[in-house]
Formats: sequence, C-alpha cells, structure tokens
Amino acid sequence: MQSDNSHLSTSPRQGTVHLEKSGTTLCLHFTGHWTIGSDFPVFTDIKDLFPESFCIPSTWNSLEVNTEALQDWDSRFLIILRDIQGYTTLKGIPFSDTGLPSGVQRLLILASSSPDTNKVREYTDTPSFFAIVGGKTLHLLEDCQGLFTFTGAITLSYLRLFTGKAQFLKSDFLYFLEECGPSALPIVSLIAVLIGVILAFVGAVQLQLFGAEIYIANLVALGMTREMGAMMAAIIMGGRTGAAFAAQLGTMQVNEEIDALQTMGIDPIDFLVLPRLSSLLIMMPLLALWADLIGIAGGFLMALTLDISMVEYYNQTINSVNLRHFGVGLFKAVIFGYLIAFSGCLRGMQCGRSASAVGTAATSAVVTAIVFIVVSDAVITVIFNILKI
Amino acid sequence: MTTAALITVTNLTMAYGSFVLQRELNFTVHQGDIFVIMGDSGCGKSTLLRHMIGLKAPTAGSVHFHDTDFWAVSDQERNQIMRRCGILYQSGALFSSMTLAENIALPLSQHTTLATAEINDIVSMKLALVGLAGFDHFYPSEISGGMKKRAGLARAIALDPEILFFDEPSAGLDPISSRLLDELILELRDSLGATVVVVTHELASIFAIGSNSIFLDADSRTMIAHGPPQTMLATTSSAKVKQFLTRGGSFH
Repeated sequence: MQSDNSHLSTSPRQGTVHLEKSGTTLCLHFTGHWTIGSDFPVFTDIKDLFPESFCIPSTWNSLEVNTEALQDWDSRFLIILRDIQGYTTLKGIPFSDTGLPSGVQRLLILASSSPDTNKVREYTDTPSFFAIVGGKTLHLLEDCQGLFTFTGAITLSYLRLFTGKAQFLKSDFLYFLEECGPSALPIVSLIAVLIGVILAFVGAVQLQLFGAEIYIANLVALGMTREMGAMMAAIIMGGRTGAAFAAQLGTMQVNEEIDALQTMGIDPIDFLVLPRLSSLLIMMPLLALWADLIGIAGGFLMALTLDISMVEYYNQTINSVNLRHFGVGLFKAVIFGYLIAFSGCLRGMQCGRSASAVGTAATSAVVTAIVFIVVSDAVITVIFNILKI
Repeated sequence: MTTAALITVTNLTMAYGSFVLQRELNFTVHQGDIFVIMGDSGCGKSTLLRHMIGLKAPTAGSVHFHDTDFWAVSDQERNQIMRRCGILYQSGALFSSMTLAENIALPLSQHTTLATAEINDIVSMKLALVGLAGFDHFYPSEISGGMKKRAGLARAIALDPEILFFDEPSAGLDPISSRLLDELILELRDSLGATVVVVTHELASIFAIGSNSIFLDADSRTMIAHGPPQTMLATTSSAKVKQFLTRGGSFH
C-alpha cells in the first residue's frame, strides 16, 4: 500500500482526513471528531485531495472510506459524505459505503430516499420582471375588488339593520361603544392638548415678528376645529381601535369562529362588523369634538406664557370660530370613523389562517386606515374650499 | 342500507384556484349513518367537509340534502338547511369573547323565540349532556382543550340538529377522552336520532363508530375505497388503504 503525502489537519478536537491510493482503489481515511463542535476540513478541501487523474474515466475502480480512527460524528459528517458521494457519482466512480459506521450508512440511505419532492409543491423559478409587475397589478385589482365587495356587504348589512333583520348582540355594541369612546379619552386628550400647544408655539414664533400674538387664538381654534381635532383623533383611533378590530376578527378567522357563525346561519358582517362600525361612527365625532376643545385649551396654556390675557384669548377664539367650522371637523370625523372601522374589519375578515397572518392583518389595517384618512382629508379639504364652506 | 339517503354527493370536484384537491367524488350518507371521511394528511378531508357545510362552493358537481341541491339554492335556503346541522370544528371554534353559556345560547337566541329562562335551561342541559355541568360562566380560555371540544359539541347540538359534522373530533385528545367522545357521539346518534359525518384518521374511532366511510387519496386525487370500515379492510384491493387501516401492519 503506497501512502499519499496529502494531509489536512487543524486545532484540538479536530477531524482529519487523508487519501490513500492502492491499485485502482482510492480510500479516504477519516480520523478524530467530525461533529458540530469540532474543526475539520470542508468539502472543497477534501476535493483537492483527489488526484488529477480522478477526472479521467475508468482510472479508478472505486472510492472507499475508512473510519476505524473516527471518534465521533454527527449530521455535519453526513453532509460531507453526501457531497463526496454526489461528487463521485458525477465522476462515474462507484462509492463504497462499507467502511462507514452502520448508523451513517442507514442515515445516508434515508436521506437519499425521500420521495419525489416535485409533487409536494411546484416551485417556479424566479419570475421575470414582467411576471412580477403583472402579478402585483392583478393583486392590486383583487385588493380593489375586495374593497368594493366589502363596501357592498356593509351596505346590505345596514339595509338589513334598518329593516330589523340584522342580528348582533346588544352587549357587543355597548362594549364597543365603551371601547371606542370613554376608553380612548385619556390618550386622545393627551395628544390633543399637545397639538394645541404645538400649533400655538409654531404660530407664536411667526406672529410675534408682527406683534400679532393675539392671532394665535385664531390659528389654534381654526386649526383644531377644522383639521387637527378630527385628524389626530382619527390617527389615534386607527392605531388603537382599527388594529384591535383587525386582530380580533383575524383571530376569530384563525380559530374558525367566523366559519362557525356562518354555519350557524348568522351573517358575520351583521354580527361582527355592524356593532364595531356603528360604535366608531357614533364615537368618532364626539372624540373629535373633545379633541377640539382640549386642543384650544392647550393653545390657551401656551398663550398665557406670551402675556395674552385670558379674556382676550377667549374673545378672540369665540370671534374666530363658528358652528360651521365645528361642522366641518365633525363631518370629517364621521368619515374617518367609517374608514378606520372599514379598514380594520376588512383586513380582519381577509386574514389568513395563521398567527403571523393576524399580525399582518393588524399592521395592514393601520396602514390602510392612515392612507385612507389622509387621502380623504385632502379630498374633503379641496372640495370644501371649492364650495367655500 | 335500507334507510333514506340524506346527503348525496355527485361528481364533486374540489379545487383551490387551479390546484385540484379531489375530483369525481360520489357517495351517499344515509339517515342514521356514522359516516367517516378518512385519508392521509392533506388529501382534502376537511375541505370536503367545508363543501358539505356551505363554507366552500364546489368547482364542479353537486351536494344534495334530501332532494335539494345545496349549492344551487339561495343563501337563505342554504341557511335554512344549515340550521338543521350542528358542526364541531377542529379547534372547537368557541367564541372567545363569550362564556360557555353564551356560546351555546347564541344559536338558540338567534334562531328561536324562546324566553331567556328557557334558553338558560336548555344551555344547562346541553352542558350537562357533555359532562360540563356547572361550567356555564367559564370563558373558553379558562378550560382545557378536551373541555373546549365538548363545549363545542354542546353548542353543535344546541338546536337538536338532524346532522352532526365533526372535524377531527379526537385530534389533540388523550386516548381516554377520545374514547369518551366516541361514546358520546354514538349516544347522541342513538338518542337524538342524528346522522353523523366525521372527518378523522383516528383508527380506533374509525372502527369503533364508523358505519360507512370513504377513503380519499392524495396521490390519485380521488376516493379509492368506499364502504363500512370493517368491510373496507377485508375487501380492499388497494395496498394503501390496507396499510392505512392497519397502521402499516401494526394495528389490530
């Protein structure tokens, strides 16, 4: 037996391998540790051990393995062997596994005998640019179709409600009224007062240049009533209640509760969406009104630091706003309320049947709601401007 | 079988988009049957159930309840049929925001004109039937998996249904609970006179309760055996069915 000089080795707790040639047979000698915690040569290093003539057909009759000095092994050893086996098969040299521990032999057979994986699921190659664009467009169309279908379903559901045929629990409705109203007051108040302060502060910096600080009152009052009161309440409720709706309905979808309702002959839209949507429609204008008042109070606090008297500020505020301005804000609040509940319930009902889908539904509900809110606000503002309201 | 046909499935093809799950399913569920739908994982057992309970429309073929084509009638009529059915879902599908009593009372209050006191009586009775007397005011999150299954069963039988559907009733139950559930199913069939359709791959249940069955195959995408489980085992020519019913040879 003639020994080869090629030898690979590394630090302690290591695995080594060397190649011996005898006649037309090659033999790989594995020694030491071939486990997750140890160092041993990678497959490409082992490949380099093979002589140049390895590539010439019928020079070598077989590749054998000697593991007498192998101390322990695990899956990493299997992976190396599988690579070697694949390589020799490619080169047309029979691989003999008789020198391997019986456990390794069995695992190698097991790993190579997994059934035809094509049947499990057909994976296509990376799609082309056009396929991606087309796919996204179709997806967008489907999404739009979903929006319209859901709008239709809600309309039908309200028709049933007004003809007395819709079924939902009064206790659910009262619960959501509380959830969408009183429970949200603290956070809405906090944000509204800060928005009032910020509006007043930003205005003060500019208006002081002209000695017109008193107009802070106008700025805050108009800004809060027409725009920021409804907007901030909507953003908070979108993040708070919209996400909650999506998560609740999504979890019910995962838990087959929505199927159960359907098979009980109860319309899920009537039973789940109506109470949520209605309570938000009722509560949003009230929250917006509250936010308006609290915001004006916040502006007033800021004004006090600028030596504007309480009476002056009050008079200026009263003179600058009228019911129409409040009306604009409250109208927006109702629209926003609808959009928040709509997005929350839509994403919840569309939710897939897994835990991660619920998370996606909640995120998507908030994103959808905020996009809808800002876009609709812009549209409403432009329309009101044209109509001079 | 001398009793009348209750559910007739004709040439049913089930598909998700372009992916065909099963095709050309033909079978009949007779009155008083305990009909077992079995097959290996992913072959479409639960999907077949969804077609029979109105949750998914067939791609082709039909499902008849008595003489009514289930998928050709209006939603209202389908709901009417569904009210005569009780369904136990795989996870129980109890409404998590309601107590057990409220869960069971829901179908009663929505579909009947009973007074609250009467509904409460029925609820307590149904809970007692499934061995959960006294758990009226517990929430689903406060009880164990086996109890959820039984509570789901109590809700399924709230309206004394003609047909009971079970989606893997014994999944996730220990052998004893699973046997008790089997006995409960038999008891309900005998006492309520209900017909039962069960999706399961629990061999013990299949042989203990099944009076008729079909075997769905995931590879050939259709049913490959049909008949009472014992007969199916004795007469089948398919190695796959034989292996399934004997647990690869180790089950007797």
